[in-house]
Amino acid sequence: MDELIAALLRGLWTTVQATFGAFALACVLGLIFAMLRRVRIKWIAVPIAWLIEFIRTTPLVVQAVFMWMALPRLIGMPLPALTVGILALGLHYSTYLSEVYRSGIEGVPRGQWEAAVALNFSPAQKWLRIILPQAIPPVLPVMGNYLIVMFKEVPVLMAITLGEMLLAANSYIASTFADGIVPYSLVALFFLAVSYPSSLLVRLMERRLNRQRGA
Amino acid sequence: MSIQAEPVAEPEVERRSVRPVVRYRNICKSFGELEVLKGVDLDILPGEKVAVIGPSGSGKTTLGRLLMTLEEPTSGTIEVDGELLWHMEKRGKLVRANEKHLHRMRSKIGMVFQHFNLFPHMTILRNVTEAPIRVLGMQREEAERSALEMLDKVGLADKRDNYPSQLSGGQKQRVAIARALVMNPQVMVFDEVTSALDPELVGEVLAVIKEIAADGKMAMLLITHEMDFARDVADRVIFIADGRIVEQGPPSRIFSQPESERLQSFLSRFRAGYRAER
Repeated sequence: MDELIAALLRGLWTTVQATFGAFALACVLGLIFAMLRRVRIKWIAVPIAWLIEFIRTTPLVVQAVFMWMALPRLIGMPLPALTVGILALGLHYSTYLSEVYRSGIEGVPRGQWEAAVALNFSPAQKWLRIILPQAIPPVLPVMGNYLIVMFKEVPVLMAITLGEMLLAANSYIASTFADGIVPYSLVALFFLAVSYPSSLLVRLMERRLNRQRGA
Repeated sequence: MSIQAEPVAEPEVERRSVRPVVRYRNICKSFGELEVLKGVDLDILPGEKVAVIGPSGSGKTTLGRLLMTLEEPTSGTIEVDGELLWHMEKRGKLVRANEKHLHRMRSKIGMVFQHFNLFPHMTILRNVTEAPIRVLGMQREEAERSALEMLDKVGLADKRDNYPSQLSGGQKQRVAIARALVMNPQVMVFDEVTSALDPELVGEVLAVIKEIAADGKMAMLLITHEMDFARDVADRVIFIADGRIVEQGPPSRIFSQPESERLQSFLSRFRAGYRAER
């Protein structure tokens, strides 16, 4: 039993690493996608839109195993499962986060863009100083929800041998011939123990933001 | 074109000898099928206060937005300070202006908007200092000094640490005026700056603009529905209807002896409660 819990805790740590790594990647990549889609140059905006559509309409697990096979060949050296897992999960969810950013950006009134032009801000200053500081705070709760969703998606990466909790439970069962009920219940319980307080935090953040905007 | 000959009594010779700071030439602007401006010629002299009046949808706001580079003309040219705004020369040919050219040209132009467009995530002081620091490269202390000077001029220096949401509409608009003024443009567009205000707040904003007009070498394009204000501040009034300049002249003549039928009916409708109609 102690052995099981120790294995699951190691799996939890791997899960947390994969989640935050992938979330950071998704946040950056999602923002880049959202901004590139707004570019008025067709040969940039259209391929980006296609790429996003492609990533979103194919299953994460397929993308993960494909990258697990293809990436080491591409760069000519083996990659740890955690790295590939972060890349796959992050890329997949960047397409969802780009939608979130888009809604935030579109929520900034047109007058703000026009004031930025009238005051002669450069395009980069306009984004960094005027638009994003107004676009992102309202969508932070949605981004927080995606963080939790991604956390729960990590077991998919079992397919590329990432040592997360479900894989840890499976190897425990395989090596001890134990019944699956207890290990799998514990995996669920561990997920619950992290997800539920996190979702409460997100809700709290949402309420505080709403109060600020109401002021 | 629809510009009428000026009466001989006006100092025409003097006006011709100075190069206009803004020069619209045969400006047309369409939004899809809708023709908003149908060939406008207009010169604004340095320091000149030009009021633009006319019915809603006459194209007067578009005139200001074209100058601020918020809209691109369909045809025609605009010169600012002797240089083309929307075009630039490249290997002897006129081509569409790029962002770099527009950026340089915009430093000569400022604008105050109907809906203020203050930055809600910045304090009042930062609203006024942000562009001087980031765009003009001013030191923070220097930017704050000139910002406070300007805020004092509009009577709001004590609100420096407040956020826009804590201000009344009239106060917001005065901050917006200060924010545009610190950039020290050669010409400033005031686009119906009192139209979004409660009637009791209009006076404080117009008073500030009058004060600036009185001491400034800055040219102003005042797009307005306030006829008394146009009469008091403007050197020249432009009446625009259906995308064309129908009549122009000094306020004394425009308001007391309108020549065209369009202007006569516009002014009489206005006196009969045009504002209530809106």
